[in-house]
Amino acid sequence: MSKQEESIFTNPILKWVDDRFPLSSLIKDHATEYYASKNFNIWYIFGVLSMVVLIIMLMTGFFLTMNYKPSTEDAFNSVEYIMRSVEWGWLIRYMHSTGSSFFFIVVYLHMFRGMLYGSYKKPRELIWIVGMLLYFCLMAEAFFGYLLPWGNMSYWAGQVIVNLFSYIPVIGETLTEWIRGDYFMSDITLNRFFAFHVILLPLAILALVVAHILALHHVGSNNPDGIEIKDYKDESGKPIDGVAFHPFHTSKDLVAIIVFLILYFAAVFYAPEMGGLFLEVDNFEPADPLKTPEHIVPSWYFTPYYAILRAIPNAALGAVFLVAAVLLFVFLPWLDRCSVKSIRYRGWQYKVALFAFVVSFVVLGYLGMQPATGIYVLLARIFTIIYFAFFLLMPFYTKLEKTKPVPHRVVYKK
Amino acid sequence: MSKVGRRKFLSIATSVTSVIGGAFAVTPFILSFQPSKKAKALGASIKVDLSNLEPGSLIKVLYRGTPFYVVHRSDDMIAQLKTINSDLRDPDSELSIQPNFAKNELRSMKPKYLVVEGVCTHLGCAPIEKFSIAPADMGPDWRGGFYCPCHGSKFDLSGRVFSGVPAPSNLRIPPHRFENGSILVVGENSEDMNV
Repeated sequence: MSKQEESIFTNPILKWVDDRFPLSSLIKDHATEYYASKNFNIWYIFGVLSMVVLIIMLMTGFFLTMNYKPSTEDAFNSVEYIMRSVEWGWLIRYMHSTGSSFFFIVVYLHMFRGMLYGSYKKPRELIWIVGMLLYFCLMAEAFFGYLLPWGNMSYWAGQVIVNLFSYIPVIGETLTEWIRGDYFMSDITLNRFFAFHVILLPLAILALVVAHILALHHVGSNNPDGIEIKDYKDESGKPIDGVAFHPFHTSKDLVAIIVFLILYFAAVFYAPEMGGLFLEVDNFEPADPLKTPEHIVPSWYFTPYYAILRAIPNAALGAVFLVAAVLLFVFLPWLDRCSVKSIRYRGWQYKVALFAFVVSFVVLGYLGMQPATGIYVLLARIFTIIYFAFFLLMPFYTKLEKTKPVPHRVVYKK
Repeated sequence: MSKVGRRKFLSIATSVTSVIGGAFAVTPFILSFQPSKKAKALGASIKVDLSNLEPGSLIKVLYRGTPFYVVHRSDDMIAQLKTINSDLRDPDSELSIQPNFAKNELRSMKPKYLVVEGVCTHLGCAPIEKFSIAPADMGPDWRGGFYCPCHGSKFDLSGRVFSGVPAPSNLRIPPHRFENGSILVVGENSEDMNV
């Protein structure tokens, strides 16, 4: 990054820009001379895909605000207006509503990749933490956005989540009034949730994405072998097992993006409601403060946490467990005491634990959509225990692991 | 004072002043999030005529954007209430919020009228009335009451919570009084609330 760096351009206009703005060095540092391991597998496409979804959400969201009205009087009808009267409004709206579900799909797979290959471990703890902050912002963004259509499920989901804060001792009641700006879920509440959804959280997400990528490019990407490719460099100083992000990884990513867009638009065009998973039936009815839907469920991407909330018989404690279930991810870099990063070379303990964790996450996600009765509650309690055991027992079982020898250079099939 | 000491002092003084100034600067923005004067003004009381409410039936009314239910309990319902004390978490309403006059078994001013907030004390959903005895979905022991569809909390016909459900306390009884026997006024005598 020396000041006298040569311009990569021959075009005189770009050269002129280069003398006044670090364009060449930005492109070199983050694309043409950023080296990432050449043995990336399919798990390494979800970071790029979440960027793609982010751009889709920002653009469709921008166009939705042109016709959406954030008031209890108008909100529901303005969404219907977008769906029925605005030219191509249905497409923009379905792209946005389907996009939120796809955002969580790719983010969950992206996080799972980190857990498979130990991407949260030293020296990438901060990338992981920033990533978790992104996840929290995304959850808040999804929650605020879900309220905006002011359907009956929007209303009651908002009511339940805001009321979680009332369990904070002493300040709880005042805090919920402060969040709502009223004594109930009102016009004032809807208006401010809109402000959070379209201004504050998108800005925070963009800033965090920049931090996530800057930190990643500072320490370098992990790989399926969980080894540092920077340890073996050729005479020019470039990692032997690395290839430039552009054009090598970008051309592979392009294939992934195309496949992703095919699946995404298949959902947008053929199953935008996804049988009630992406858009719930109860939300096609305007908000009614007198009538809680028979089966109130949050969007599918929150149901694992919702199942945990319901599994705990004490309300305040349930809220604590809910928050803990989300926050525990942040501490993974320190809970995991095994020195080997990749699951390829780790002992059976972590493999079993990770498998049990994924099963518990999926099962809790299913249970969160079922009524809170009988066998469902019992199962939710069992899988809540497994979920927490994965994190809380991690310092112990990861210490006992018998790891396999880790190669010095990356392994891949020709 | 030496040059370094002077600089250090000035840095600290500047930082402290900035922090205090910053705190003053953000205060109006944080306070702007509170309920506005208009929102507060909408909290006046409302009146409901109960003369057409048949025994065994219920009406739902909105007060301050919150639903509340008025149940005209029949003599049978009142008789059933006395049989279920043992399964309740807070049978004497010690942990619950109600005006003092309602701190009794029937949780009401007049035995036949239950006036209760339709807000589950767990997370604020609206409980559903299940008045029939031992229906298929509530099991053979059910003696009539309310069921919260969100997380399965159950309440009896006095809004008292059963044990083993997520809701921590009985449904709240709003401050209320009666005018001319059958006109219910909700939202008054709030000084009588026991919290």
